Amino acid sequence: MLGGAFSRPDKLKVFWKRCVDEVMNLGVNSMGIVFIISIFMGMVITIQTASNIDSELIPKYTVGFTARQTIVLEFSPTIISLILAGIVGSRISSELGSMRVTEQIDALEIMGVNSKNYLVLPKILGFMFILPFIIIYSMVLGLFGGWVVGMASGIISSADYIYGLQYWFEPFSIFYALIKTVLFAFIIASVSSYYGYYVKGGSLEVGKASTKAVIWSSIAILFVNYLVTQLLLID
Amino acid sequence: MIEIRNIYKSFNEVSILKDVSFKFDTGKTNLVIGQSGSGKSVLTKCIVGLHDVDDGQVLYDGRDMQSMSNRKRKTIFKEIGMLFQGSALFDSMTVEENVIFPLSMFSNMTKDEMRDRANFCLKRVEIFDKNNLYPSETSGGMQKRIAIARAIALNPRYLFCDEPNSGLDPKTAIVIDNLIQDITKEYNMTTVVITHDMNSVLEIGENIMFLYEGENYWQGDRKSIVSTDSKEVNDFVYASKFMQDFKKRMV
Repeated sequence: MLGGAFSRPDKLKVFWKRCVDEVMNLGVNSMGIVFIISIFMGMVITIQTASNIDSELIPKYTVGFTARQTIVLEFSPTIISLILAGIVGSRISSELGSMRVTEQIDALEIMGVNSKNYLVLPKILGFMFILPFIIIYSMVLGLFGGWVVGMASGIISSADYIYGLQYWFEPFSIFYALIKTVLFAFIIASVSSYYGYYVKGGSLEVGKASTKAVIWSSIAILFVNYLVTQLLLID
Repeated sequence: MIEIRNIYKSFNEVSILKDVSFKFDTGKTNLVIGQSGSGKSVLTKCIVGLHDVDDGQVLYDGRDMQSMSNRKRKTIFKEIGMLFQGSALFDSMTVEENVIFPLSMFSNMTKDEMRDRANFCLKRVEIFDKNNLYPSETSGGMQKRIAIARAIALNPRYLFCDEPNSGLDPKTAIVIDNLIQDITKEYNMTTVVITHDMNSVLEIGENIMFLYEGENYWQGDRKSIVSTDSKEVNDFVYASKFMQDFKKRMV
C-alpha cells in the first residue's frame, strides 16, 4: 500500500489542501481530549510523586523533576500516542473502510485518481506533522497541571516545583520524545489506513477493521517505543 | 466503441467469465443482463480495469487496455464516467463539490469555470438548488442523478452504469433510464448498463448481451428478447407468473 501512496500526486494543489484538511481532522480535533487527559495526568503524577517522597533527605524539588521526566519522556509521547491510536486510528480505519464498502474508492480509481496517494498519504503526512505539536502541547499542559495541583494542595511550593522542572534538564530528552512521536504518528496513520483501505464486506467488517487497526497500532507503538528507547537512551 | 474479445476471469480457480466477446456500440445504450451471480459485475470491473482479465482483450476504440501501462490506462480512465450501484458519492463533499471533483483533478479550469460546469451538469440531470446539501441529505433517486452529473462532468466517451435502478421506485427508475439514454445520444457516448431490471431492458435496451453462467449466452435488442426461443433467456425475462401468463396470451 505504501508504494502506491508514496508517489507523485495527481495535482499538487489538491494534495496540499487534502494534507491541511487532515491536519485539522486528525490533529486539531484531538486537542480537546488531549487537554483533559494531560492536565489530569500531570496532577496525578505530581500528587503520586509527592506522596511517595516522605524522607526529609530528598529535596522537595524532586517532585517537579520527576513529574518533568515522567511527562516528557513517557507520558506525553507514548501514552498520548496510544490514546490517539484509539481515537485517530479507528477514525482513519472506519473512514477508509466505509469508503471501500460504498465503492467510493472504486469511483476514485475509475476516475484515474491514485486513491492510495489521494486518501492515505495526506493522512500519514498530516498526522506526522501535527502529532509533535500535540505532544508538546500535552507536555506543557501536564507540567502545568502538576504546578496547579501543587499550589492548590500545598504539597510543593511554586519555586520548588519550577526549580525541579529546570533541574538537570537535557534538551535531548525533548528531541528523543519528538523522534518517538513522529514514528508513532507514522505507525498510527499507516496501520489504520491499511486496515481501512483493504476492508472486504460490509459494515461489520469495517468495525472489525477498526478494532484490528487500534490493536496493531498499539502493539507496534509499544514495540517501537522499546526499540527507540534502547537505541537512543542506552549508551 | 468498446469491444471485448475472449475474456476469461476466475477467482481462486473458480471460473467466473468464460470466453466472453461482445461489441458495445457508440451512441447506443448497451445492456449486460443476467441473473445474480452470472458474472455481470465482474465483467464490468474487468472492462473498466478494476480487475485484470486472465485472458482476452478489452479494446476502447481499438486501444487494448490490458497491454497498457498504468500511466497509459489513466488516459482511458479520464474518458470513462461511471455510475455505481450505490451512487458512490463522496460523503464528505457537498453535491456541488462532488461534481466539481473530477474537474479539479483533471482539468485546468478556474474555480468559476468549474462551478459553472458543475451547475450545467446538475441542471442537465434536473437537480436544482441542492448544491450545498450533502449526499446523505438527498433521496436515492437524486443521488443517482448527482452521480450521473459527476460522471458526465468531464465529457466522457464511455459511460458505465452498474444497476442504476437498484433501490428506486419504478417511476424514478424509468426517469433514470431515460436520462441515461438521452445523455448517451446527446454526447454520442458508448454506454454500458448492467441490470437485471426487465423494465430497463424493455425501455432502453438497444444492444443487449445476456450473460449466463459466465458466458455470452444470447445477444440482441429489446424487440428480439421478448420473442426469443432460448429457454434460459425466457426463464429470465418471464420469471414471474404474471409475465408467463402474459406471454401465453400473446402467443
